[in-house]
Amino acid sequence: MLSKRIIPCLDVHEGKTTKGIKFKNNIDIGDPVDMAKYYYHAGADEIVFYDITASHEKRGIMLDVVRRVAETIFIPFSVGGGIRTIDDMRHVLLAGAEKVSVNSAAVQHPEIISQGAEAFGSQCIVLGMDVKHVGKSDTIPSGYEIVINGGRTYMGMDALDWAIRGQALGAGEICLNSIDADGTQDGYELNLTALISSHVDIPVIASGGAGALEHISDVLTIGKADAALIASIVHYGTYQISEIKSYLESQNIKIRKNW
Amino acid sequence: MIAIIDYSAGNLTSVARALAYIGYESCITNDIAKIKTAERIIFPGVGAAGSAMNSLVQTGIDHVLKGAFNEGKPILGICLGSQVILGYSEENNTSCLDIIHGSVRAFPDGLTGNDKNKLKIPHMGWNRIKIIKPHPLLKGIQADDEFYFVHGYYPDPDDSSHIVGVTEYGIEFPSIIGSNNLLATQFHLEKSGRPGLTMLKNFCMWKPC
Repeated sequence: MLSKRIIPCLDVHEGKTTKGIKFKNNIDIGDPVDMAKYYYHAGADEIVFYDITASHEKRGIMLDVVRRVAETIFIPFSVGGGIRTIDDMRHVLLAGAEKVSVNSAAVQHPEIISQGAEAFGSQCIVLGMDVKHVGKSDTIPSGYEIVINGGRTYMGMDALDWAIRGQALGAGEICLNSIDADGTQDGYELNLTALISSHVDIPVIASGGAGALEHISDVLTIGKADAALIASIVHYGTYQISEIKSYLESQNIKIRKNW
Repeated sequence: MIAIIDYSAGNLTSVARALAYIGYESCITNDIAKIKTAERIIFPGVGAAGSAMNSLVQTGIDHVLKGAFNEGKPILGICLGSQVILGYSEENNTSCLDIIHGSVRAFPDGLTGNDKNKLKIPHMGWNRIKIIKPHPLLKGIQADDEFYFVHGYYPDPDDSSHIVGVTEYGIEFPSIIGSNNLLATQFHLEKSGRPGLTMLKNFCMWKPC
């Protein structure tokens, strides 16, 4: 049986991570390659890099990061943020990433999902979705709406419809981020995660809200997620990945315990 | 030198990078002369069986691989490389290399897990192996080590003596198969962390008798 995956997420700005790892002895590491290496050896099942570099000229820096990461860690990793074209995908995959994730570009031009899946295989294409709870309406029957620009722009698209459509277009996986839960450390959006997971056949990575061990076990059981994205809970040293996995195992959740 | 066979089947650089990390030089090539003189051959691949076999036949690499197998050269197949060594694949209804007799099968519809939930296809993520028979490439591998899988089809040799390891995903399927100087894994050794690198290193030192 497959293990549930624990996936640290690193936000990268112009080649540096925005949140470094804070160790209890106050030593910080903030280089994305060093952080990836640290989490690889600490038991991460996969790593997600999110490039938040705004300046177009400086986006090439990320490709160099991807190349160095690929020489250092031997588990899958994905890269998202600013992927707008098939060429962007190709560069990231050739640099050594296993998967690319598309978010706002896919909302604006859904054909990028099918083109990417056709060119590189569905297993490479992750559909990133930023979602806000807005209440049920005629246009948003699930009550969850797709947003972009960090939650500032409402797209008038139903999240469940979009997830199903993304799968039909060829996405191999969904990374589902609740903008409401993101950064709160109050727990994942379990209703949203369970809703999407039970209506698609591709794996769902839950994102946003992990602050305690039970949040992670809840999203993998009640939320039916296949994987949990984690950030602050490990970056700030609240828990080690090994502690998270021991806890999940004690809750009878299958995890990868040897690495 | 280790030849990594390039037959337009994606993501070959990750195998080369993993070999470099454990201290072995390799070249990614579709040059028949280079493949013939290589000490060892790695036959990786991501993609569909139909286009992979077309490419192997067009380049003549199909004959070179069979020749290398008959000569006793160590060969490692990975993912699609563990499938097209069989006789036939249900994927694109493809005739394959037939180095090991058998078929490549799609996971059946409607598989369910222990919790009765429907299992997702492709089988993607980390899973364990159950070793059916000892093999030099499995030296140092522990019972609960896990490996990274991404596939919708699996190899099914006719002769069960070719099955080295199996994995459970709704059904038990062969995940490591082998014959003499050939071993092939359905999972990605180059993406499976420590146990994957251990098996790659074992392959680099393997002297099949």
